[in-house]
Order: sequence, then C-alpha cells, then structure tokens
Amino acid sequence: MTAAVFFGCAFVAFGPALALYIFTIATEPLRIIFLIIGAFFWLVSLLLSSFIWFMAATLTDNKDEPRQRDLLIFGVLISVLIQEMFRFAYYKLLKKSSEGLKSINPVSGLGFGIMSGVFSFVNTLSDSLGPGTVGIHGDPPQFFLNSAFMTLVIILLHMFWGIVFFDGCEKKKWYTLLVVLLTHLLVSALTFISPYSGLNLVLAYIILVLTGIWAFFVSGGSCRSLKLCLLCQDKDSLLFNQRSR
Amino acid sequence: MLTFMASDSEEEVCDERTSLMSAESPMPRSCQEGRQGLENGEGAAQWRGQESEEDHEEDPDRYVCSGVPGRPPGLEEELTLKYGAKHVIMLFVPVTLCMIVVVATIKSVRFYTEKNGQLIYTPFTEDTSSVGQRFLNSVLNTLIMISVIVIMTIFLVVLYKYRCYKFIHGWLIMSSLMLLFLFTYIYLGEVLKTYNVAMDYPTLLLTVWNFGAVGMVCIHWKGPLVLQQAYLIMISALMALVFIKYLPEWSAWVILGAISVYDLVAVLCPKGPLRMLVETAQERNEPIFPALIYSSAMVWTVGMAKLDPSSQGALQLPYDPEMEDSYDSLGEPSYPEVFEPPLPGYPGEELEEEEERGVKLGLGDFIFYSVLVGKAAATGSGDWNTTLACFVAILIGLCLTLLLLAVFKKALPALPISITFGLIFYFSTDNLVRPFMDTLASHQLCI
Repeated sequence: MTAAVFFGCAFVAFGPALALYIFTIATEPLRIIFLIIGAFFWLVSLLLSSFIWFMAATLTDNKDEPRQRDLLIFGVLISVLIQEMFRFAYYKLLKKSSEGLKSINPVSGLGFGIMSGVFSFVNTLSDSLGPGTVGIHGDPPQFFLNSAFMTLVIILLHMFWGIVFFDGCEKKKWYTLLVVLLTHLLVSALTFISPYSGLNLVLAYIILVLTGIWAFFVSGGSCRSLKLCLLCQDKDSLLFNQRSR
Repeated sequence: MLTFMASDSEEEVCDERTSLMSAESPMPRSCQEGRQGLENGEGAAQWRGQESEEDHEEDPDRYVCSGVPGRPPGLEEELTLKYGAKHVIMLFVPVTLCMIVVVATIKSVRFYTEKNGQLIYTPFTEDTSSVGQRFLNSVLNTLIMISVIVIMTIFLVVLYKYRCYKFIHGWLIMSSLMLLFLFTYIYLGEVLKTYNVAMDYPTLLLTVWNFGAVGMVCIHWKGPLVLQQAYLIMISALMALVFIKYLPEWSAWVILGAISVYDLVAVLCPKGPLRMLVETAQERNEPIFPALIYSSAMVWTVGMAKLDPSSQGALQLPYDPEMEDSYDSLGEPSYPEVFEPPLPGYPGEELEEEEERGVKLGLGDFIFYSVLVGKAAATGSGDWNTTLACFVAILIGLCLTLLLLAVFKKALPALPISITFGLIFYFSTDNLVRPFMDTLASHQLCI
C-alpha cells in the first residue's frame, strides 16, 4: 500500500501493453485511431452487458447471496458473448474502411485489451496508493499482485484473440471464432474458482502461451523466422550457413 | 466549429482564390483548401468555401496535375486516410492534455471540488428540498447562462460586422489578461496549499509575471507555435476548472446539453451568429478574427522555390487565439475549425514545397470537453471508470466530427457529437457499469 506497490502493479499490468503501444502504434496516427475505436467498441459492449445484468438483477430482486452470485456468473457469460459479438462488428467496420487489414490486426485486440484491463484494474490501483493493509481480515496479502497479473494476462489474451479472430474472419474459418469465444469463456470461468489459490492464474497463463503460439503462426510466423529473429540474422546469412554445410 | 484552413504560401502570387485542388482526385477531402488571406503577417486565410469550386476551371494546371499521374488511386486514398489520421491525432493530443491537466487538478486539489458559491449567471441554488424544484432551478440556470452566451455572441458578431476591431481586441486582451494573471495566481496558490509548499511573495510575483507576460506575447503577438499551443491548453484548463467549481451539479449537465444544441444551431442555421461571423470574414477575406482558436498549424516549407517573406512571417504568427472574458462569454463556444491538409503531391508543386495545413479547434470546445470529463472525475465517487469512459467517448465524438468535416467540407460544430456521447457514457457508466464492475471486483471475477 505504498508508491512501490502502485508503480509495481501498474507496470506489471500495463507494461507490455505500453511497450507495444510505443513501439508499434504510437508512430502511426491511423493505428492510434483504430486503437481508440477498439476501446470504444469494448466500452459499448460492456455497457450493453451491464445493462442486461442490471435489468436481470432488478427484475429478480432477490437479495440472497447465491442468487446474486448466479446472476453475476450469468452477467459474466453474457458479457463475454457480447464482447465477441462486438469484436466481429469491429472487424466489419475495419474491413469497410481499410484495405490494409493485416497491419492493424494486433491493434484491434490491443484496443479491446487495454480498455478491458484498465477498467478492471484502475480502481484497485488507485486504492493501492492510499493507506491500508491488505489481508488484515484473512484475505491473501498478494491481492494486488494477483490482480495485476490477471490484468496482464487478459490484455495479452485480447491481443492474441484479436489476431486470430480477424484472421479467421478473413479466411472464413468460422470455427476459429468459436474457439476464440470458448477460450474467452474458459478464462473467465477460471476466475470463478477460488481466486485465492492462484491456480486460475497459472491456467490462464498456459492458455495465454498456447493462444500466443497460435497467433504467431496465424500471422505468418514460422520456426524459421523465429530462429532468424532470435539469432539476429537476416535471411541470407541463414541460407549461407545452410549452404556451406 | 470545424472549418478548413488554407495555407498561406506560394500562391499569394496567384490570385487569392486559388488553392483548390481538383475535384478529380479520388478523395475529395484532400482537394480542399481554404481561401487565402492577404493580411500582412496574418498569414493564411482560413476559410474555405464551397464556392471556390469554380476555381477548378480557372486553373487548368492544377486541374491536371492534381491527380498525379501514375499513382494508383488506392494509394491516393490510403495517403489521404493517413493524412486525415494525422490531423485527427493533432487534435487528440491537445484535447487529451487539457483533460489530463483538469482531471489531475480535480483529483488532487480539493479547492476545485468545494462548493463556494455560484456565478451570477447561475443564480438559482440547487440546495432545494425536492427533486422537481432542483431540476427546475437547474433548467432556469441553464436558460440564463445560454442567453448570456447568445447575447455575447451576437454582440461580438455585430461589433465585427461594424468593424469595431479595436473594441474587440481590447475586450480579448482584457480577458486573456485576467485568465493569465488572476486565475493563474489563484491556481498556483491552491496547488501550493495542497502540497504544503511555501512560496514567498517575490518569487510568486516573478513567476506569475513571467508566465503571464510570455503568455500574452505568445497568444496575441508572435511566438513559437508549441508555446502558444501550451498556453492555450493551460488557459482552457483554467477556464474549465472555474466552470467545474462554480457550476452547480445538475446545472452543469443541463448546460452542457444546451450548449451543444446552441452550437449546432449557431453554426449550421443560415442566420446563426457563428455562421454569419464566418461568412462575413469570408466576404472580407480576413481570417476570422483569431480569438479562441487553437491552431496546430504546422506550416513548413522545405526547399521552397520562391521564398516569400510574408508567408515566412505568417509561419511564426500563430492564430491569436484569445480567451474572451470568461465571465462574459464563452465567445465562440464551438469554434473548432479543422483544417484539411492537401495530399502530398500537391498539384503543380514539387513535393518539397508541401505545406502542412494544420487543424484548428475552438477553445470553447476544449473547455467544454474538459468540463465534462472534469465533472465526471469530480462527482464519480472516486471512480476512474466513469472518467475514462467519458474520455474515450469524447475522443470518438471528435473523430466522427472530423470525418463529417471531411465529407461535408464546411464549418461544422464540434460540440454536439462529443458532448452527446460523453453525456450518454457518463450517465450509463455511473449508473449501470459501475455497480457491475464493483460487484465483479468484489468477487474477483474477470470478464
């Protein structure tokens, strides 16, 4: 509950997204605009899902805890569904307005991801700056760090989902959309199990790695290009090495 | 209000009505430039009119050269999109900065959220017992405020029509003096109080004097563009803070709504005061007198064939955006003028002679955007989500307005779309999204 926690958690959660923004998006004004549009679409989807949850909650008007929790789970699932629907709508908008879709694939997912991460974490973050002790009533003291990592995983996942989703739409592979939806549902459902065990975090990261690999191959990467990148070589030198063998 | 800005520059040799690119270019927005003003030192004129289309025929060279041969149309389109995007970003950045300053101040300095009386323009109090009475009072406050603004604007238009330039300039100078010295002094005092930093009077005097004097010079005379932009952002933020402090809750929201409607009417109706102002300025071929206008004009000429001294002068002179007296009027509340850039490969010139037209937005728009976001930050019960939602909504509104500008190519009001989105998102986020997100956070669920 100090500046250290604040900055630490802020950078854990938003550092990679900020780096991605600075290196890939900030240079191109068009991408910044698409980023903001993506954030807007996510916001509208959240609005819609909150509205539905709110209506359901006021209509049932039941105050006991399990019913509230059920309603909340219903709200979460509806929210995931609506988010994916809006991702599709966003794809349609981008398709209509820009031919060079390939270059803005990561931007779309990042727009969603940043907005999602910010909305879920920023209030917690601002509380961490103030006085207090975490876990004084028996809750785990790593609350802030857990939330930060969860936010990070969500942001990166949204970006990968964006890439895979758009590619699926472009190539008309509709099963891809279904897989993205199911993965999203899975990650959200993972948070239903006790947040204190950290298991959901580990599973979410495993899903992140898998989705990342999928997105990498979908966007044209290959083992060879990865090797080129890691060894800091260009294509010719690799070819040369192979030929000389 | 959004309008186009022409470039000053190489065309002053030709007649002043040139500078229209050919309509045959696939992206019409790239073709538009404004008329040229010939004011000495005032630089480019800003107003493009639809009527300048007849210039196409008069200028066969431009007509022919505009669609650069050999360039595929898709590339033209993409370039125009990129150019347009650059100008959108040129507006995003200052609007964002202004909002950041306002939100940071609101969240840290308690002075601006304390209720310490009201302006005389909103005489009805909101401390009433019943909801209906409160609503009625806020509507009455709004009516008074809007009528004050309307009267002030009409007064300004009348003064302009009868060429009382000295009076207008004097008025503008008085109001920017007040903003730059008095409000800055108060702001500095409150910030120092919040952070418990002691400052002696001589230092204070020196600081405020320097700040204010440089501000006056930059805004009303010549100065580096960046400095002028920074000063405009600061005075817009100061003005917005004053409104946030002194406007009562409900009145503020109703006023925001009403001023968007007024903006729409004033800019688009044939007899609207702002439209008449624009048309008068166009008739006289003057830049609309540069009050309350943020200009991001990056006018640069690289490797220019003929150096033109007057355009050089124009390069430094910023559009003197001046703050009107804050209590009297918001001046042109929505005076955003957006200027369209030409395509690179501007007809007839080499690429180097290209000038970046900038984008202009009225300071009134800055102020009201910041008022909306600041109010969201002040009253959102410590909630950042509402503030962020309003911020994104306003940026999207601005984006849409610029898109419309590209389509319609005439002066457009910048307030309505953004403020509407902002209001919708404020109320819905505060009442619907916030409980949802709070409940999710308390159960540590993730969507």
